[in-house]
Amino acid sequence: MGEDGSLLQTLEIGGGVHRFGEDRPLRLDSGARLNGLEIAYKTYGRLNADRSNAVLICHALTGDQHVASPHPITGKPGWWTRLIGPGRPLDPARHFIICSNVVGGCMGTTGPSSEDAAAGRIYGLSFPVITIADMVRAQRMLVEALGVETLFAVVGGSMGGMQVLQWAADYPEMMFSAVCVASAARHSAQNIAFHEVGRQAIMADPEWAAGDYARQGKRPEKGLAVARMAAHITYLSEAALQRKFGRELQRDGLSWGFDADFQVESYLRHQGASFVDRFDANSYLYITRAMDYFDLAEAHGGVLAEAFRKARDVRFCVLSFTSDWLYPTSESRAIVGALNAAGARASFVEIDSDKGHDAFLLDEPVMDAALRGFLDAAGEARGLTAGSPA
Amino acid sequence: MTDIRPDFREILRLVRPGARVLDIGCGEGALLDLLTREKHVDGRGLEISPEGVAACLARGLAVVQGDADRDLAAYPSRAFDYAVLSQTLQAVREPRTVLQELLRIADRAIVSFPNFGHWRVRMSLMATGRMPNTGALPDPWWATANIHLCTLRDFTDLCAGLGLRVDACAALADGKAARPIDPDRAVENWRAEAAIFMLSRRDANAKRAEPAPAAPAPSDDLFGA
Repeated sequence: MGEDGSLLQTLEIGGGVHRFGEDRPLRLDSGARLNGLEIAYKTYGRLNADRSNAVLICHALTGDQHVASPHPITGKPGWWTRLIGPGRPLDPARHFIICSNVVGGCMGTTGPSSEDAAAGRIYGLSFPVITIADMVRAQRMLVEALGVETLFAVVGGSMGGMQVLQWAADYPEMMFSAVCVASAARHSAQNIAFHEVGRQAIMADPEWAAGDYARQGKRPEKGLAVARMAAHITYLSEAALQRKFGRELQRDGLSWGFDADFQVESYLRHQGASFVDRFDANSYLYITRAMDYFDLAEAHGGVLAEAFRKARDVRFCVLSFTSDWLYPTSESRAIVGALNAAGARASFVEIDSDKGHDAFLLDEPVMDAALRGFLDAAGEARGLTAGSPA
Repeated sequence: MTDIRPDFREILRLVRPGARVLDIGCGEGALLDLLTREKHVDGRGLEISPEGVAACLARGLAVVQGDADRDLAAYPSRAFDYAVLSQTLQAVREPRTVLQELLRIADRAIVSFPNFGHWRVRMSLMATGRMPNTGALPDPWWATANIHLCTLRDFTDLCAGLGLRVDACAALADGKAARPIDPDRAVENWRAEAAIFMLSRRDANAKRAEPAPAAPAPSDDLFGA
């Protein structure tokens, strides 16, 4: 414990909320503009003298900027401490790690629950529809505002991986390497279908009040919880659910009613109930929409390789998991095929795991080894060394 | 340099400095690493095992998990100067297609395989009446990955049929330096335990020299309109 304590002290944490002036609106794919954009972010470590050690972490649908430090609401550890921390593949002693809440989010970055200054009220459904490319455009503004011209790596899983691919398509000259884990270059019909179930659950909750719940002092908790429950099933494999719960009961015997008899029911209800404490229902609608609209090839004449044409000098690492049926390996293979066709420097591993999509956040030694190897080798090529002693 | 595998040493000799190389079945990246250090090649790999790929990543190599039968199609034509297939051709499902793919992706293919015409193999089969069990073919028939074994003569026949030219050929024997040979000599089909070939397309030079001519009008097109 003592050793952990001293290690934690070396993890310098910074961040806050960066507010862009009215003269620097965020131009959105829809044609709309967001004025007075605010981006909430965290940083770990320090930018080195060469400004060559900055890493951008892109979070998933329900993630946020608290990637490597405790969550302010739940108190839980950061969501990717397996990857980021002292002695980890991304180490604040060597890297300057930036993670920001996506535009449309609800952890401090401008989103549907923010105040629309021009109208003098909370956005609600008057918030413009956003895309993955809009999220990336906002991240670029933040990164530049932090004095970073090029990123050593852009790293993300799931929706974060989509942002990584978008970065490679839009700003390849700003990045040295890219890590895309358990992701896809477009949303499939099945992906869109599951998201639609979640959105309909939210919108069917009377408390949602046509998106106006915040002004009316309501909270569509039931709808949001059901959305989370449905989505959570897609993050796990059948084998993982079976291993964890099987047909185990909560109590002795059946209730002969509709209580949570089975442990899996109780688990899902808990997942739903705890989610509403930290997430906004309208943000869920907007961010799932952004993912559904994502199709990187479509924006490049239907040819995915065209999206990576300018990214030939970027080192890519693509990872997938055998039991991930949300973003199956075939999606990662399509990305790798396109990277090869574009002549980019791509590496790819399919990791054997029965933990489903969530594996990217869990204990997967082959993933750790692959990422450590990739990032260490890229760091060497980039000339990164351990930070000078303070 | 002393502990380098003889086939790797031969490949190291054949590959031009600074070339673009795809190593198919690159394992833990020993050859790619060697080529990168000694010849400063721009190397990529294809490897079937996740552990192998992870080991390659740790060496800073760009390697994709996949297999030769399925994943070569994703590479664009003439993306590489050399495609290396080391002791793997006899284990793929479609050796003919894989060979053609190698020479679509790269200008030159470097291919090595165990020679089923080696005298020890022939004697083993004749004397025992069982599937040969030799140094180059150590596994029993029911456990071997080698599903498409061939002799030197079989291989040169296939190359001729595919319009491929043999630019270089050497016999390989365990622990010995590669020995340059003429693969068409019958004695080599007895003597070589394994062989390594460098191949190119017969029509490659003509194609490179002038732009591709328009497709000639078919003289006897049975299915034409």
